[in-house]
Amino acid sequence: MTYDKLNTSTPWQDLTIGGNIYDAGNAREFKTGDWRSQKPIWIEEKCTQCGLCFPVCPDDAIPVGKDQKRKDFNYDACKGCMVCAKACPFKAIEKEV
Amino acid sequence: MAYNHKEIMAERPSRLTSGHRMCAGCGAPSVARMILRAVKPEDHAVIANATGCMEVSTFIYPYTAWTDSFIHTAFECAGATLSGAEAAYKSMKKQGKLPEDKNTKFIAFGGDGGTYDIGLQSLSGAMERGHDMVYVCYDNGAYMNTGIQRSSATPRFADTTTSPAGTVIPGKMQVRKDLSKVMVGHHIPYVAQTLAMGNYKDLFEKAEKAIYTEGAAFLNVLAPCPRGWGYNTEDLIQINKLAADTCYWPLYEVIDGKYKITYKPAKKLPIEEFLRPQKRFAHMFKPGNEWMIKEFQDEVDSRWQELLDLEEMTNKE
Amino acid sequence: MGIRERLSGNEASATAMKQINPDVVAAFPITPSTEIPQYFSTFVSNGTVDTEFVAVESEHSAMSACIGAEAAGARAMTATSSNGLSLMWEMIYIASSLRLPIVMSLVNRAVSGPLNIHNDHSDAMGARDSGWIQLFSENNQEAYDNLIMAHRIAEHKDVLLPLMVCQDGFITSHSIENIELIEDEKVKEFVGKYNPEHYLLDDKNPIAVGPLDLQGYLFEHKKQQSEAMKNAKKVILEVAKDFEKMTGRKYEFFEKYKLDDADIAIVCMNSTAGTTKYTIDKLREKGIKAGLLKVRVYRPFPAEEIAEALKNLKAIAVLDKADSLNAAGGALYEDVVSGLYNAKATVPVVNYIYGIGGRDTKSDDIEKVYNDLQEIMKKGTVENPYRYLGVRGDK
Repeated sequence: MTYDKLNTSTPWQDLTIGGNIYDAGNAREFKTGDWRSQKPIWIEEKCTQCGLCFPVCPDDAIPVGKDQKRKDFNYDACKGCMVCAKACPFKAIEKEV
Repeated sequence: MAYNHKEIMAERPSRLTSGHRMCAGCGAPSVARMILRAVKPEDHAVIANATGCMEVSTFIYPYTAWTDSFIHTAFECAGATLSGAEAAYKSMKKQGKLPEDKNTKFIAFGGDGGTYDIGLQSLSGAMERGHDMVYVCYDNGAYMNTGIQRSSATPRFADTTTSPAGTVIPGKMQVRKDLSKVMVGHHIPYVAQTLAMGNYKDLFEKAEKAIYTEGAAFLNVLAPCPRGWGYNTEDLIQINKLAADTCYWPLYEVIDGKYKITYKPAKKLPIEEFLRPQKRFAHMFKPGNEWMIKEFQDEVDSRWQELLDLEEMTNKE
Repeated sequence: MGIRERLSGNEASATAMKQINPDVVAAFPITPSTEIPQYFSTFVSNGTVDTEFVAVESEHSAMSACIGAEAAGARAMTATSSNGLSLMWEMIYIASSLRLPIVMSLVNRAVSGPLNIHNDHSDAMGARDSGWIQLFSENNQEAYDNLIMAHRIAEHKDVLLPLMVCQDGFITSHSIENIELIEDEKVKEFVGKYNPEHYLLDDKNPIAVGPLDLQGYLFEHKKQQSEAMKNAKKVILEVAKDFEKMTGRKYEFFEKYKLDDADIAIVCMNSTAGTTKYTIDKLREKGIKAGLLKVRVYRPFPAEEIAEALKNLKAIAVLDKADSLNAAGGALYEDVVSGLYNAKATVPVVNYIYGIGGRDTKSDDIEKVYNDLQEIMKKGTVENPYRYLGVRGDK
């Protein structure tokens, strides 16, 4: 199933029945970054990789690698809530001015 | 197994993806995601969701943010819907219609509307029948999806759109239902109350126990709503911490009837600390309304004391 | 060559369910369908079936659990009546829109209020627009046979719709009559295995069921349901053919009784057809050319076929065992008349609301209808087509 084919131009014959989706997790393709009115910036030098910001992001926009270290924000997903900045005890996440 | 936060975050995949349409800073998605991290990576999950904020923003056709199997039917029946799926699993497994070496876990999510109120009967039925499932209530203390109407989980005096703080009636007049205790009354093997703070250890560990305890389990998780509560969006974790430190939302678990408080604040903070940052309680701080804060404090204190007593009583040799 | 038995309608339905051996049954007791889950629980307790029985706390939960089970990949069944179906109302629409071929045994009873436990069709009629296939049964044999055919119809890939088998509460459900059962092995083979293409318990291919389906999509999804309902017509007949090969019992959209040469006819559903046949035989002895069209398949409604069968009559009475309270006429009447209109037939049609709340409908009542039809035939027109049959105080 190619999901880019399911859109508001798709004829009824080609839509999945009952509104089922057979590609679990395909919302990843839907970008919410344009919701952002504030932008968090990760200051890598200040970051101690303490892990406190890892789970707080409602939008799964803080990737954590197999090395157990966070990477830079996924700005396609980040809605700019700034919860992560408040969770950081080291001021390693700042609001972009 | 001791909780290794960084390892969990690195090794356990996110089972609730980005691209959902929950509000910025919503307290619910990170809770749901951490609970699902407690499912062993090799296990499959079937998730049921009551109608509510979470459902209408995580599965908008043609996009689903859930990487496991997911079903939503209606508002009041996540418990019953998941009962059916769990019964199907039992039946089909017994008949050899499903692979023997594969485990499926059953998890329902509902807001306080779908859980405390309209879905209470369906939840009670599912718990009483002992289906091997976990029902998770993400309690944001009002019907947020329809625009902040009071629920039975709404705390006393809160200003909501159906319990507005007026000149005669100062917000919701009734105290909140203690649903966790109602669930304890079902004598199911595991009931817990938790929230997201610090490194989410309390939440993860309770989720893991709930998911891997055989039989019915219930988790009540506080999930602040910046819009409905009227605090600064970025203060999500701070609000949670205050809920725990004031003992407004005690963290505890009940295993086979035995109470265990999992977080006792070193210094129990006055309830004002939790109430003040929230617009829904702003009228309580007007001159002449000191009685409201006092009565709120008394309610919190008596419930906390009751919990301490229950812990002591149920753990006596 | 079949097994001769004597069973009530409820026993027959429970026996069909036992032979079907569904994966999950979720049900809540309500008179007069209570016996079905009772009998079935005994089969579960004695290990006669492989089914998980979910003893839910309400009918709303019964249908919710059936939806969860069916979506999970199981064959799910339930039974209910009256207010039980009313409480399911929200969920029966969801079951059909999610395209889940759940099968229900509906033992027809008056919907409250005031409270009444006896038969009429107000429960089924309330569900007529819910997207369920509805099969009606004159007696225990038909209730049994319809259930045996149900899954083949509902689960067909061109259909995938839930199905309810209706029978009259007490009149059929509690009356013991002769019945010919089919051997277990034959039923098993006939019903076949359920192999859904997508299901929740498929851990390799997880799916999501029940989205928020906004303005851009719901319309197309309803169109899909509408097409599936049309497809069901063909499938219902195909399955009936196979069933006839196995049992010799012939089923179509409707049964015609002495209709082909009739001048006047009654259209009705369920057990009243038996009384009507008896009355027709008496009238035929007197030379009155009376006939019957007994509707078996009410949803999908075989409008064209019914119109074709009725269009050459001289007067028709449609009997509705539920009033639509619309000041115009019952649901079956309106469906039949619409069909005739589209077929450009000009037969006068009269409607009788009858048997509400279990009021007995005797052969005398049916004879009165045929007498009225003879009058209408003479006049060629109907005055006051929306009538009550046998209600006290009517002039």
